Amino acid sequence: MAYEPPKQSFAGQIFDVITLLVLTIGALYIPLYLGLAGAAKVPNPIANPTWEALGQNATEQQQWAALGVTDAAAANDMITARFDYSFSWSALIVMAVLVIGYFVMVVRLSDREYREVIEERFGTKRR
Amino acid sequence: MEDFTSTAAGTDRIRLARVLGPSHVWALGVGIVLVGEYMGWNFSVGKGGMIAGLMACWVAGLLYTCVAMIDSEVTSTVAAAGGQYAQAKHIVGPLMAFNVGLFLVMAYTMLEAANAITVGFLLDTVAGMQGQAGLNQQPFIVLSIMFLAWLNYRGVLATLTFNLVITAIAFIAIIALFVSVQFGASAVPLDFSAITSDPLPYGWVGIIASLHFGLWYYLGIEGTCQAAEEVRSPARSLPYGTMAGIMTLLIAATMTWYICSGLMPWEYLGQAGTPLFDAARVTGNTGLMVLLFVGTAFATLASANGCINDASRAWFSMSRDRYLPSWFGAVHPVYRTPYRAIVFLVPIALIFALGAPLDQVVTFSILSGLLGYTFMTFNMVMFRNKWPLGKIKRGYVHPFHPLPTIVLLVLCSTAYLAVFLGYGTQLSAMMCFYIVASLWFHFRRYKFVRRGDQFTMPWPKPEGY
Repeated sequence: MAYEPPKQSFAGQIFDVITLLVLTIGALYIPLYLGLAGAAKVPNPIANPTWEALGQNATEQQQWAALGVTDAAAANDMITARFDYSFSWSALIVMAVLVIGYFVMVVRLSDREYREVIEERFGTKRR
Repeated sequence: MEDFTSTAAGTDRIRLARVLGPSHVWALGVGIVLVGEYMGWNFSVGKGGMIAGLMACWVAGLLYTCVAMIDSEVTSTVAAAGGQYAQAKHIVGPLMAFNVGLFLVMAYTMLEAANAITVGFLLDTVAGMQGQAGLNQQPFIVLSIMFLAWLNYRGVLATLTFNLVITAIAFIAIIALFVSVQFGASAVPLDFSAITSDPLPYGWVGIIASLHFGLWYYLGIEGTCQAAEEVRSPARSLPYGTMAGIMTLLIAATMTWYICSGLMPWEYLGQAGTPLFDAARVTGNTGLMVLLFVGTAFATLASANGCINDASRAWFSMSRDRYLPSWFGAVHPVYRTPYRAIVFLVPIALIFALGAPLDQVVTFSILSGLLGYTFMTFNMVMFRNKWPLGKIKRGYVHPFHPLPTIVLLVLCSTAYLAVFLGYGTQLSAMMCFYIVASLWFHFRRYKFVRRGDQFTMPWPKPEGY
């Protein structure tokens, strides 16, 4: 016999949508509010900057000027800023476990649900 | 054309209109993605340097070629609204389908938000050039999203025809810039000296890290299959439109890297908000500046337009199957569009467009896309195993299976590492979100889902079940 799902109330539908909204917005904004998001470049400005000291040749200086930056000091932070790619192996392992664990969980639970779908659509498997 | 069809429950409901051809599929795919040439990709140069940016462009191109090959086979066979969502439902199971639906909604809604942010930034830049610095960007962000949502509300044919036109103009603008600079239209010469003087500022790790934003060149090309239920001939139009789209983007991406890297110091390019427009500024040619301003505006609008189309179709499909509240699964009686889904996603896009930095929004979109590409790998293997070649009619069979799948899995794994380098917290937060949402679906929401209705294709029983 086909599974007959319960009818969901309007309040229940609203509750479910709010749950998803909170999860979605939280996933983006919690790291932002905790200051954990992003990989801000860290400037390493040099003293008494000149275009030559910043490694910019004559053509690149023309390009900077065309972009509205005519003073080497104004470009000092932008040119010297670098990402920090140092990381801990434990953090990398946690990430790998999260990604792999997530897919394993979803595929296993999906398969359980899929068997119900196939059983109802095609009937029970012959043994 | 048939207006009504019978549902499994026995009630009549209005169908989406089958009005789209291959050119619309191309426009939907390229329209969403072309903005990736106009903004965002250049952060890959910032993460690894000029050479790393080019390598990211080509490696990501390879990743998306695999995606397009795999997607063309599965989509041309599972031609239903929701694209990968419908595939997951038939091949892996309801929970996977719910997750894939969320990947699509999140990736496209975040991309839509990123586009709106770029529109505001572009107008602010131009206002600054006219001596009106400090323009309030927010009204333009709101206006862009609201206008495009209204267009989507009114009908898919008008929406995608609009996309076809503005995408073509944005693509021509890139070619015009490339050709003009080659023929000496720039007051400042191309300079690639950084390739020899500062080839890899972060070493080899920079090449891996740059793949993160390299995905942005092509992110969303898989969106071609979202409109599968509205395409006149899915088996022909979807593979043709998708493969033509990826070829278009590979050409555009390489030209974009070449022009921007030659006209701007990599340190500037790596953080620019509108790199192609900035490249036009460097040429000093007013005509090119106007053209690239128009190109940037059109690319962002076309992309946001396609994103609203795709995200709403995914949300609509999930609601129609009761994975989400069924109220969203309604089709407009006159315009034949999923109007409630379209309207509901507007404030979500606005929340992200008005409140989050561009690189964060882009990263969230990329991560959702990346999870979707990872799904495609085992989905393809399961598809061939459950219905081997010859057992069901396929619109298109991709060659060299399982090589594209293996390459895609390797590149996806590398891309996770690339995102981890610098954006590990977002990656962890995103994974926690999908884990919690999955548990919520499995233990609460799934009870509202009709089991047998989740398999609607006229196929035989899958092998092994």
